Amino acid sequence: MPLVKNPTNVLCGAVFIVLGGVFAFQASGLMFGSAGRMGPGYFPMVLSVVLALFGVLLVVLGLRVPGAQVHGVFAWRGFIMLLCAVIAFAAAMQPLGFLPAVAASVLLAFLGSRSFSLAAALPLAAGFTFFSWLVFIKGLGLPIQLIGPWLGGY
Amino acid sequence: MELIDHLGLGFTVALSFQNILYCFIGVLLGTLIGVLPGLGPVATIAMLLPITFGLSPVAALIMLAGIYYGAQYGGSTTAILINLPGESSSVVTALDGHQMARKGRAGAALATAALGSFFAGSVATVLLAVLSPPLAQVALAFGPPEYFSLMVLGLVASVTLASGSMIKALGMIVLGLLLGLSGQDIYTGTSRLTFGLPELADGFDFVAVAMGMFGIGEVIRNLEDETRRSFVSAKVKGLLLTKEEFKAIIAPVIRGTALGSILGILPGGGAMLSSFASYSLEKKVSKHPQEFGKGAIAGVAGPESANNAGAQTSFIPMLTLGIPSNPVMALMIGAMIIQGITPGPNVMSEKPELFWGLIASMWIGNAMLVLLNLPLIGLWVRLLSVPYHLLFPAIVAFCCIGVYSVNNNPTDVYTMAAFSVLGYVLVKLECEPAPLLLGFVIGPMLEEHLRRAMLISRGDPTVFVTQPISAALLALAAFALVAVLLPAIRQTRDEAFQE
Repeated sequence: MPLVKNPTNVLCGAVFIVLGGVFAFQASGLMFGSAGRMGPGYFPMVLSVVLALFGVLLVVLGLRVPGAQVHGVFAWRGFIMLLCAVIAFAAAMQPLGFLPAVAASVLLAFLGSRSFSLAAALPLAAGFTFFSWLVFIKGLGLPIQLIGPWLGGY
Repeated sequence: MELIDHLGLGFTVALSFQNILYCFIGVLLGTLIGVLPGLGPVATIAMLLPITFGLSPVAALIMLAGIYYGAQYGGSTTAILINLPGESSSVVTALDGHQMARKGRAGAALATAALGSFFAGSVATVLLAVLSPPLAQVALAFGPPEYFSLMVLGLVASVTLASGSMIKALGMIVLGLLLGLSGQDIYTGTSRLTFGLPELADGFDFVAVAMGMFGIGEVIRNLEDETRRSFVSAKVKGLLLTKEEFKAIIAPVIRGTALGSILGILPGGGAMLSSFASYSLEKKVSKHPQEFGKGAIAGVAGPESANNAGAQTSFIPMLTLGIPSNPVMALMIGAMIIQGITPGPNVMSEKPELFWGLIASMWIGNAMLVLLNLPLIGLWVRLLSVPYHLLFPAIVAFCCIGVYSVNNNPTDVYTMAAFSVLGYVLVKLECEPAPLLLGFVIGPMLEEHLRRAMLISRGDPTVFVTQPISAALLALAAFALVAVLLPAIRQTRDEAFQE
């Protein structure tokens, strides 16, 4: 018999315990107060402990009660590239401006798909950048710089 | 009669040119995303929240509501024609609807879905108008303990009615509550739970959290399995029902409407649960249960009415109590707060034009959907041939622009990135993201009422059980928790979600 009978639950429990710990640590620096006069740390501390307890319960259950294996693959490629796309957008927005940021995020996101091809990516990026310029800048009038200071914008 | 006056006011508001236009845009967009699998109403509403800043509050809510119930129509169209449910709530429609299409009755199935939905939508609109005022009256008498208990009940019920592990769902709620508390403490102004980042002094941006978990997170999930969609589109002809078919759908439509209306009001209910429950019910009461799964028209009529009724009555707790019963309602509350409206029982008396205008617009929207959908079916089906890999990069960029435009602040975009990671990892650990979002919205309100109640009672926690209404609400919550743990109920619940 394997020691761990439901790895998903054990892992999930561990995540809950860690998150509960992180929040409890942050709440510990705040004024706790009393039940009648709760400080800013009271409710967060209670919740953190409850979250960690749910985590412990999940770990115990995961060690004892068998469950289904983790199903479905982890979409590593999509996961990493989409993250890159979002972060690139955030990083590019102010120094480079709206147009490069949108184009970069479309291209990087497309790389997350196995169907990526440069021949499809370039027109898609150009097309969507134009479309979002039309909708957000022309249509909705968002006050966003099109070309940032690093590229000679002002 | 007061009701007529109210509805009159509502229709005056809803029938203004601007509001009809936004209602139309909403239901059109809703149908569109309902047709497209992999893009749900939650992600769409989250994406469009920033755009609604520039609109009047009434127009914004009318449009967002239109997306929600429009998606129910769109989802059933593709479920019937190509056995591909665009929304989770139309999964059961595919069972019998697609079989009907194979037998050459696609037109009849679509007409059944549209008529059932329209009937259910009209009834639910009236229910919304009739039930909301007394409920808001009751809620006005609520003090902090009652509100606290009501929110606990809402959160617990949303877990018991959901699928999957209870402990995980409860954990997700608590995590959501914690995340919702980050930012400034309302009483002392102390900045808290900011992970040491000064950028988070105002807490996590709601739009960024919702888009990360439901927008980007969902796209990553869809990238797991990139099999190409291939389908043979069924020819649609003859939208008219035969006399026998029409007779056969009357009872299921009425039953579905009733069931959906009740389940929609319950916290955690809404469109999906209603359609599943209605399908089981129709199968049980049918004289020919063996026909289900082989093209039984009752299996289309019941769930389609139920999901639309449920989608609409789930507005009742949101509008009267300010408590969201599902993620879409959480977003609607977010939209109201963005517009400077405090959700709760006061909305009806302070903003009657908003309240009744929204209700009236739902009826108008439903009528539009019937007129709009049947002729446009060919267009929707053709849209499905757009491959997902050309669609999702645009969705990602759209999410980024949307989040950025809320405050013109890159921090929100980074927040979205963090929450898409959290969302995807938690989904891989078999945790539903919906309870987290509910907790996130309710967190600050829950704490405020808890602190106030305890302050009034001078730290005596028995106040929650000595006040009769509060005690009853907590007892209901406890009952709901215990009931789910009972083996018999647990089994039927699991069965209902397996179908």
